Amino acid sequence: MSVPDSAGRFGPYGGRYVPEALVAALDELTAAYEKAMTDEDFQGEFHRLLRDYAGRPSLLYDATRLSAEIGARVLLKREDLNHTGAHKINNVLGQALLTQRMGKSRVIAETGAGQHGVATATAAALFGLECVVYMGEVDTERQALNVARMRLLGATVVPVTSGSRTLKDAMNEAFRDWVTNVDDTHYVIGSVGGPHPFPVMVRDFASVIGVEAREQCLGLLGRLPDAVIACVGGGSNAMGIFHSFIADESVRLFGFEAGGEGVETGRHAATLTGGSPGVLHGARSYVLQDDDGQTLESHSISAGLDYPGVGPEHAWLHDTGRATYASVTDAEAMAAFELLCRTEGIIPAIETAHALAGAQRVASELGSDAVLLVNLSGRGDKDVATAGRWFGLLGEADAEGPGENLNPDA
Amino acid sequence: MSSGAAFVRARGEDRAALVGYLPAGFPSYDGCVAALRAMVAAGVDIVEVGLPYSDPVIDGPTIQAAADVALRNGTRTTDVLRTVEAVAATGAAVVVMTYWNPVLRYGPERFARDLRAAGGQGLITPDLIPEEAGEWLTASDDNGLDRIFLVAPSSGDGRIASTVAECRGWVYAASTMGVTGARDATSAVAPALVDRVRAATDLPVGVGLGVSNGAQAAEVAAYADGVIVGSAFVRRLLDADSEQAGATSVGELAGELAAGVRRQRSDRR
Repeated sequence: MSVPDSAGRFGPYGGRYVPEALVAALDELTAAYEKAMTDEDFQGEFHRLLRDYAGRPSLLYDATRLSAEIGARVLLKREDLNHTGAHKINNVLGQALLTQRMGKSRVIAETGAGQHGVATATAAALFGLECVVYMGEVDTERQALNVARMRLLGATVVPVTSGSRTLKDAMNEAFRDWVTNVDDTHYVIGSVGGPHPFPVMVRDFASVIGVEAREQCLGLLGRLPDAVIACVGGGSNAMGIFHSFIADESVRLFGFEAGGEGVETGRHAATLTGGSPGVLHGARSYVLQDDDGQTLESHSISAGLDYPGVGPEHAWLHDTGRATYASVTDAEAMAAFELLCRTEGIIPAIETAHALAGAQRVASELGSDAVLLVNLSGRGDKDVATAGRWFGLLGEADAEGPGENLNPDA
Repeated sequence: MSSGAAFVRARGEDRAALVGYLPAGFPSYDGCVAALRAMVAAGVDIVEVGLPYSDPVIDGPTIQAAADVALRNGTRTTDVLRTVEAVAATGAAVVVMTYWNPVLRYGPERFARDLRAAGGQGLITPDLIPEEAGEWLTASDDNGLDRIFLVAPSSGDGRIASTVAECRGWVYAASTMGVTGARDATSAVAPALVDRVRAATDLPVGVGLGVSNGAQAAEVAAYADGVIVGSAFVRRLLDADSEQAGATSVGELAGELAAGVRRQRSDRR
């Protein structure tokens, strides 16, 4: 079965659960995106930007010292080396080009960790577009450096004070802006969620990750990897690297969600592991919700994974069993964060550290002959303050031990 | 019975119908029921009971604030149905306005059955378009409930035609692009949207436009079959010192609006 269908449905998931006022804009976007996918000019310009501006192809790095530690060969797909420091730039450049082709002059975005907001602000500066980024007030505090970056790039950052004051509420506010200003505004959704065509469009713009990685693996190994591993919040870096491998039945796909303090505590962001099917932010997928369908607040040390929903294609891959999803706690992620720093001299984003912790688990399952392709989705500069507090590296006044909850909203 | 009957009755009196909204559980369960009863006593024809939801993406700050209060009060889906029952007992037409996920979680068939049993006549679904509404089309057919889908200024004529074809009872015209909330400005877009809907259906058309006083109600009543008022009622309760004062204030506004929809008939088409 080919997914999605023309209505954007991945089995029972996906679709468009939106106000009627947005349908015309989604139809316009769908038409522009479908045209762009086969338009040589568009593809030429997109790939020129990916190469000359974002710095692609990103490297595939054979992480031998990490491999020795975890007991399987680990190849890191270095999305952290892209311009702006994460995989987010791939999707944003594609959507910025589409914005230009649709004749719109303004972009808006939601952001959690700030990586998508920074990428959007970057593309807006490059394309001369007005840019407004919605960010939960809690996240503006824990990712203050990225707020400054977005403002340096000329974006307006709006701290969102409604609800849980994190990513889901930033997304609510972005939808409210969009429905009001849809004539001149494109909403650059940063993950593989939201109404059709966003899940398939964002996946396609991000899929350059997997296209490159698959070729690089064949070049390096002469064969495909045994497993592809990524962290999953909304799920764009994971779909970006999974997509090219879905037809390769020998390759196992693993997504690791944010387990926060542990799924059993209720304080987590593991939507597929601990949630249930429902509708949030325009798509049917898995949602963290109560018995009445009210969205529950998520919890994670990682702002970028702190979201109670997940892209509909992941729900589909989960239900069909093509991909396997599990959760990684804050503590497990931070241990893996430290391991990569110490063995390879690479400071990963805390989001990405969830994938590394997952790789340790997959290594013990598949054994030492296995080759694991891990998407190193972002770099950790933005997380230095959080990690410094976690490991007690910031001096007496700020010293707190591992295991304490360091979310400022807690 | 269909909530469309209230429009027919209003049309028979050569006036527009008045539709009033409050979210259940706001300012409390009892306070909401008292305010809705005051609305009905003052001339509201159709009551919209809102189901407060955690992520109301097309509501402005006023209704968001009310939904927050209602959820903090512990309002459950069953409380919404109890509110419907309490207001339907007055004889007014009652519909529920809700985002889709709470109904999906409750079970569309079960929700339809329980809404019917409570005396509710239909559902307004601001984030459910007919293309995604398969389960709701079935459940509403099975239980004889109205399906009030929305149309917007950005809806093309083809979409208006396909949307109203799935409506039953009446059509909700969301006549400005944007979130809910009281507005000072009147819209030139709204009469044009109503005309386009009328070209596609004989169903009555209710207009939601941020109306907050009698003069605005009269203006909308000149071209629409129904005037929908939400945020202005919520504002009265948010500003009141007590629930009793709030219900009184809501009743006063309803009276002013009810007078408004009875004015301005001369240029009615």
